[in-house]
Amino acid sequence: MPTIKLTRPKLDSGEKIYLGAIFKGFFLTLTHAIKTLRGKSAGAEGLASSGLGVTMQFPEQRWDAHMPEYYRGAPTLVTDEQGRERCVSCQLCEFICPPKAIKITPSEIPSDDPWAKVEKRPLEFDIDMIRCIYCGMCEEVCPEQAIYLRKDYLITGTSRDQMVHNKKKLYEIGGVRVGLVNKWNELK
Amino acid sequence: MPEILITLAIIIVKVVTFTFIVVLPLVPLSVYFERRFSAIIQDRVGPNRVGIPLTLFGAKKDFHLFGLIQPIADGLKLFLKEDFTPDHVRKAFYWLAPALTVVPALITVCVIPFGPDVTLFGYNEKLVIADIDVGPLFIFAISSLTVYGITLAGWASNSKFPFIGGVRSTAQMISYEICLGLSIIPVLLYYRDLNLSNIVNEQAKNGWLLLPFWTDGKLSLPSAEAALFLIPAIIAFLIFTISIFAETNRMPFDLPECETELVGGYHTEYSSMKFAMFFMGEYAAMVIGSALIITLFLGGWSVGFGLDNVIANFSIGEFKIGGFIHIGVFLAKLIAFILFFILVRWTVPRFRYDQLMKLGWVIFFEAALINVFLAALILAAPEFKTTIIASGSVLLLAVTAAVIWVAKVSEPPVKILRA
Repeated sequence: MPTIKLTRPKLDSGEKIYLGAIFKGFFLTLTHAIKTLRGKSAGAEGLASSGLGVTMQFPEQRWDAHMPEYYRGAPTLVTDEQGRERCVSCQLCEFICPPKAIKITPSEIPSDDPWAKVEKRPLEFDIDMIRCIYCGMCEEVCPEQAIYLRKDYLITGTSRDQMVHNKKKLYEIGGVRVGLVNKWNELK
Repeated sequence: MPEILITLAIIIVKVVTFTFIVVLPLVPLSVYFERRFSAIIQDRVGPNRVGIPLTLFGAKKDFHLFGLIQPIADGLKLFLKEDFTPDHVRKAFYWLAPALTVVPALITVCVIPFGPDVTLFGYNEKLVIADIDVGPLFIFAISSLTVYGITLAGWASNSKFPFIGGVRSTAQMISYEICLGLSIIPVLLYYRDLNLSNIVNEQAKNGWLLLPFWTDGKLSLPSAEAALFLIPAIIAFLIFTISIFAETNRMPFDLPECETELVGGYHTEYSSMKFAMFFMGEYAAMVIGSALIITLFLGGWSVGFGLDNVIANFSIGEFKIGGFIHIGVFLAKLIAFILFFILVRWTVPRFRYDQLMKLGWVIFFEAALINVFLAALILAAPEFKTTIIASGSVLLLAVTAAVIWVAKVSEPPVKILRA
């Protein structure tokens, strides 16, 4: 291995006195301060700053419009354009969920239902949002394209119960998703 | 009412106003400034939310007040935290230490002149708690006691990091105390007085030490002596200011509580309000240090430029209240200087410990000593023959050269380690 010899930089007498560097530092910090107050900090525009530094001040200003396509927010259940609930309660998501946030109680679809041949649907579907780590494995593992991570990120509550999303809530956030593969439709 | 009771009442009013209404609120205020100013230096916003929670009383919006209530919220939080005393500490000293850091800083308030004098209800009173003739000496004597608080905290905590912090603090304080005392000797020589009120009065009349552009209240160019004295004054100002930074444990000399090496330094084992006392003591020391620098070098309460007489004589009826305007001026200068302290903290990186010691003992100590000779030479020049002054200057130059040579030679050459 070649040896790299590092030489100490030779300081001239001005640099040795150190005061010049301090004043340079003052100049730098004050420039930053003035730029911050004028809302002209580097990157302020790209980060949609509030006009003070580069910070976006949260409750008033939101990142929503700038959110990337791949953002992973709250996991939700979706229905398709036929109004069918897509989950067949196979429980794959429950088993893969790393923090064990998902709890599914399966049930049968009664025989008089138009979608009786799907056979199963969840009776209850709870996602504990305190446990959820937004990893997206449930979405990846779902064979029915029923569970999707949406862009909702403000999951708040004042008690543990409020932080558990039940089936109704999940469908509410998830809404209708079109253009999915409808493998249970009749062949024509 | 007997005279003595009135005097007592005046004293109590002065103590309460100056300590608890003027100086103490400056402590949380400087914490707020510290946070806001550091934030805008780093392109952030800082605490700007905590204000008057009007929504609690049914209003639509809170009144945020630019977050000025934040320090009160912080203080309240510290009050409500668990006050935990570890088992392994020496209780008596452990409890004494926080008080020992706050109290000296607040005692020194009593010699700082906040304004000239006011006349209220026929009483003419100076706006200073104790108008004693040894002002700066008193401040040095009392504020040096702060080091006991820090050292005791470090020792009584009975744990390694606080102990190292305490030892560092002792060494640092002792080193910089010397430069602190020596550096203001030129100033005291120039004013021929140790009374801070008189020093400020003199500055209001004949120009600040660092800005001597008026005499007897009229704008004029400085006299030859005052202009020449600017050289030792500026050197003294630099040494004194930097030593105050070291003395108050502020960046770039905050090695006693250096987080990267010592966890929290001397207050590692402290929690709740006891920790807050250290915090307060540090900021109070900063406020007093700034006040002393302003008083000695930057004209104290005076506005300068010959405007002081007009303000001092401002009166409403019987009451001569110009002094209160001067208090405002003083506080404005104080806050400006505190902002400078904060700017330094967020600009200059922390020194290494050997650099700190070298700066104190090898550079500032000698520089302050030579500065005393230089100031004496300039002040003595009009009274002695040219030959004496010339030989004095030659001697001074020789001594300076010798000191620089010794400092250079005594430093061991840097050994470069080969891989």
